[in-house]
Amino acid sequence: MAPAVLIIGASHAGVQFAAALRELGHTGRITLVDAQSGPPCQRPPLSKAFMRDAVPEDALHLRGPHFFTSAEIDFRSAMPAAALDRQARHVQLGNGERIPYDVLMLATGARPRPWPQGTVPKGVFVLRTLADARLLRNAADHTAGPIVVVGGGYISLELAATWRRYAQRDVTVINSGPRLLFRSASPDLSAFVMARHHEHGVRVLSEQPATGLVANDDGAVQGVALADGRIVPAALVVLGTGAIPEQDLAEAAGLACDDGILVDDQCRTSDPAIFAAGDCTRHMTGFAGHRIRLECVQNAHDQARVAAAVIMGRDARYTQVPWFWSDQFDMKIQTVGIFDPSSTCVVRGNPAAGTCAFYHFGKAEILQCIETVNMPAEHMQARQALTSGILPIRDQVASPSFSLKAFLAEQRAGLMR
Amino acid sequence: MPKIIFHLSDTSVREVEVSIPTTVMQAAIYGDVRGIEAECGGACACATCHVYVDPAFVTRIPPAQQDELEMLEGVAADRLPNSRLACQIHVTEALDGLTVSIPDRQF
Ligand SMILES: Cc1cc2nc3c(=O)[nH]c(=O)nc-3n(C[C@H](O)[C@H](O)[C@H](O)COP(=O)(O)OP(=O)(O)OC[C@H]3O[C@@H](n4cnc5c(N)ncnc54)[C@H](O)[C@@H]3O)c2cc1C
Ligand code: FES
Repeated sequence: MAPAVLIIGASHAGVQFAAALRELGHTGRITLVDAQSGPPCQRPPLSKAFMRDAVPEDALHLRGPHFFTSAEIDFRSAMPAAALDRQARHVQLGNGERIPYDVLMLATGARPRPWPQGTVPKGVFVLRTLADARLLRNAADHTAGPIVVVGGGYISLELAATWRRYAQRDVTVINSGPRLLFRSASPDLSAFVMARHHEHGVRVLSEQPATGLVANDDGAVQGVALADGRIVPAALVVLGTGAIPEQDLAEAAGLACDDGILVDDQCRTSDPAIFAAGDCTRHMTGFAGHRIRLECVQNAHDQARVAAAVIMGRDARYTQVPWFWSDQFDMKIQTVGIFDPSSTCVVRGNPAAGTCAFYHFGKAEILQCIETVNMPAEHMQARQALTSGILPIRDQVASPSFSLKAFLAEQRAGLMR
Repeated sequence: MPKIIFHLSDTSVREVEVSIPTTVMQAAIYGDVRGIEAECGGACACATCHVYVDPAFVTRIPPAQQDELEMLEGVAADRLPNSRLACQIHVTEALDGLTVSIPDRQF
């Protein structure tokens, strides 16, 4: 009999996994539960188009209104999973119901890093879910005065750009790291992005850990305190200080975790009946040479598809090249591969005109990561290069006449000869 | 409500009625039409919503912008003169009956 599959988390990873199982012909029961209420939604627009009210909510839905019924997926929203019993092979839901499984998928994602000082004043927000986004958008619309974004990662910068560009708000980004996008982008891209934010009037304070949230007598936020004693005035604050993997269920059940549920290249956890995919996982990858935890849609989707294929008896492995996009002001930022801080960079494109490509050569001088701004064709070719392993060397890339497209075409023609 | 007609790679045909504003990609999601992956959700960042527009409609749709043209260079199936990214085609009343074919792969 086909195994009964239970999925915890109905977002990019969980929904893709359920859909892929059905597409591959799984006939057994599929139960999909999520703590959030309402239909599963896209996350990326929450800091972009949704925040400026340019898309209606139903355009965010990951699937159409009939999808779960017609695919015979038992989807239950507003239903948190409370405990996992691996011996008995069941998960207990918040309402006490126990759902047995033959195969369990943990697609629990990540949650905003909690503010270290615990409770926060009124007017302080985080952004992860549609519910968060509704609250934040409404507050931004109804609060005059300066906005402070704490944290210098992608989501923070997208919010800053959205509010500056579409609402001309006074925005300050408070960044504890030495530069923007410290954990995810190269110094080269980071400097480029910083310059654009400055040009557009976003104030960026770097190497400035926020040490406290200052409230007025009514308990509403009025500023963010910095380590040097200054207070940055704020009518509204967003804590964009990163996300931590949602691994409580896994950890309590004794699955191996290390800032993420550890999975192998088939997305299996340390229990062979339990898989995990998406932001909640940490996996070993050849693209980095060590274990990483990715927070991007590509990783959620590709891991979900690999796990589904494995469950359907195929020898699938997660070897897809990581890629990511972000939209800020007039910048379409696209990254493929994993940036390694020890790598060195060749710049292409025309940075003065707002287009550029940063080619990063890592250990043994191998091309490891390409970051582009407003060069989508170059990004797509870079994806093909890293996927196929047909890689140009530094001298080639550094030559003014280099074209990645021509290089790939030549190499492929050579291989066919 | 305009109707969008999808020809799938398995030769089946699906008609989806949509209320505007929407895009051809969103119409496919709404109607559970298979074969349009839309990995990026319409950000013109993935090229997995590739469709071939019926020749009768090609000139009735505003032409592709620069970023769409560039992303089209990365589609998995053959790129043809009538290739478009479904997320960049905005549905209007005038496009009622718009017919597109879905390629056999998006990756
Ligand atoms: C504002 C924002 C902008 C982003 N922009 C981009 C972008 O431009 N490009 C990009 O590639 N990525 C972007 N990302 C990242 C991307 O959205 C994530 O990588 C993706 O959502 C990961 O999907 P996931 O399914 O692993 O986890 P999540 O989306 O975090 O979903 C996990 C789900 O599990 C549920 N859950 C957790 N624990 C339980 C439990 N115990 N019981 C029941 N349900 C549970 C949660 O309610 C949640 O719905 C963005 C993220 C955010 C928040
Ligand atoms: S949905 Fe990603 S490019 Fe159209």
